[in-house]
Amino acid sequence: MKILTGNDLATGDVIWWSGAAWSRHVEDAADVADQGEAIARAEEGARRVTGAYVIDATQTPDGPRPAHIKDRIRALGPTVRPDLTLKPADPAAGSWVI
Amino acid sequence: MYKYDEYDQSIVDARVEEFRDQVQRRLAGQLTEDQFKPLRLMNGLYLQLHAYMLRVAVPYGTLNGRQMRLLAHIARTYDRGYGHFTTRQNIQYNWIKLADAPDILAELAKAEMHAIQTSGNCIRNISSDQFAGAAADEVTDPRPWAELLRQWSTFHPEFTYLPRKFKIAVIAADEDRAAMRLHDIGLQITRRDGILGARVFVGGGMGRTPMIAPEIRDFVPADQLLSYLEAALRVYNRYGRRDNIYKARIKILVHEIGADRYRDEVELEFAQVLTLGIDPPAAELARISAMFAPPAFDAVPSVPHELAAHDPDFAIWRTQNVSAHKQPGYAIVTVSLKPIGGIPGDASADQINVMADLAERYSHDELRVTHAQNIVLPHVREADLYAVWQALADAGLAEANLDLISDIIACPGLDYCSLANARSIPLAQKIATRFAPRQQDLGELKLKISGCINACGHHHAGHIGILGVDRKGTENYQLLLGGSGAEDVSLGKITGPGFDEDGIVDAIERVADRYVAERSEGERFLDTYRRIGMQPFKEAIYG
Ligand code: SF4
Repeated sequence: MKILTGNDLATGDVIWWSGAAWSRHVEDAADVADQGEAIARAEEGARRVTGAYVIDATQTPDGPRPAHIKDRIRALGPTVRPDLTLKPADPAAGSWVI
Repeated sequence: MYKYDEYDQSIVDARVEEFRDQVQRRLAGQLTEDQFKPLRLMNGLYLQLHAYMLRVAVPYGTLNGRQMRLLAHIARTYDRGYGHFTTRQNIQYNWIKLADAPDILAELAKAEMHAIQTSGNCIRNISSDQFAGAAADEVTDPRPWAELLRQWSTFHPEFTYLPRKFKIAVIAADEDRAAMRLHDIGLQITRRDGILGARVFVGGGMGRTPMIAPEIRDFVPADQLLSYLEAALRVYNRYGRRDNIYKARIKILVHEIGADRYRDEVELEFAQVLTLGIDPPAAELARISAMFAPPAFDAVPSVPHELAAHDPDFAIWRTQNVSAHKQPGYAIVTVSLKPIGGIPGDASADQINVMADLAERYSHDELRVTHAQNIVLPHVREADLYAVWQALADAGLAEANLDLISDIIACPGLDYCSLANARSIPLAQKIATRFAPRQQDLGELKLKISGCINACGHHHAGHIGILGVDRKGTENYQLLLGGSGAEDVSLGKITGPGFDEDGIVDAIERVADRYVAERSEGERFLDTYRRIGMQPFKEAIYG
């Protein structure tokens, strides 16, 4: 599947296109098929996102998992600071990245 | 320390307001990202892996307690409670909100700090010897010269759009603690026949094409230094390549046309520039130098080492992390930001405040950031060392590992950096943890890790260097041996095929074991490597 990601223009947060809005959680990411570039342009124009780009991901029972480790680290947070990730209480979260 | 004059303060304040306006226009949609990106980069604001990242300049690595405290305040108020000290003697914050950036810069400006020229193709923050003003072996304090260069290079209209970024280091001792010859320009302040001047090295650097800077002039009198540098930059600005980002650094120019031709071009230009009279009058140099006058040291006796060694942990730390000071009775303390298993260069707001307190109380209100991502308290009375050590220990800052294998330089890598191929920090943590029990026995062993070819982690200059690469989407690490960023400068060589994360830690263990088996009395790892060469280590690693 193809999913769309970028950073919130104002906060810099990593965000994922859920189909109708942006979410901070990759689990919410929607398959954008071949519409990613068009959505990115429109959303950048509306100043809701910056640096948007389309990536490959696989659908899993827990939601989309980005194909590249870089985007998995973006999705979770720094692997060396579990306390600063989106899942600080989940000890298994790091293994999802690797 | 240097104090801003009215001119310094007004240009920094004006820049804050200019950037505030630019941010507002970006948030209001009057600027596109393409228009805004170069503007934010000129103010040190990057978009990194998780958020905006702000890089704050620490000119030649020197800070006072108030400035250090402000860094803690920013970490706590605008970020997530910590900062990352970098190999450029700067500090980076990883979780900045765009709308907050102008307020942060305004707070910095009040303490005579800024983020100007911490990005972009301009002359970056001038780096220097972290022991400047305290080292017994220096000819003079190099910082007045670094400050002069800061003023000269700040908003220099001709050098705002160079072919590529430009880094200058200034030292004034034979011992090179600043990796001087791995900079675009390295200056060694020296004295010849009683006259102060500089040796000038041009065209060093790391990155994908590492080079050691050749000496371009063996002596430029101090009162002509700016003219000479102006000429050196002009030749680069004119002939440096702008067609290929990978060939745009001055090292490529010097390499391609040769040091001799580059030197000749600079001499021609220098003769012209000298007629312009850009070197400051002696009074201005004296004004700057006076601000770096040595602090009022007390006449105190030296404290014999053995007397202080009543506590074994303190004794180890004193031996490892305390260096000789030029003033009898004083010492230089290096505070390690490399706790075993921790994140190299990171410090919490609380720890930053502790270091600020210690500087104010025990170090004549001075701190330094080192290119090896540690902090220095440059002027501590020997009699106060125990109290300083106890306070550091209470704050988790008393790791006794300066220049040992766990004192690792590691760039942020794939945990934070959008350019990275692989993570650096977890590797540093594994290596430090594995080798800490034997690090004293291994002795001086500088290990440096970069998460990609850009080499922010100085892997080319590591006695042991590690470079993260992307092998078909997975992290892979190349091993290099034999580099040095010191006065015995050299570039490391790749051992052979790369490793995964566990594999490279094992490979380093085999290298360490071979070193222990081969070393002669008193030999550091680097000395043994230079004596016996790569082959025995290759055999140990690959069988
Ligand atoms: S070396 Fe590469 S990965 Fe490391 S900080 Fe520099 S650009 Fe990022």
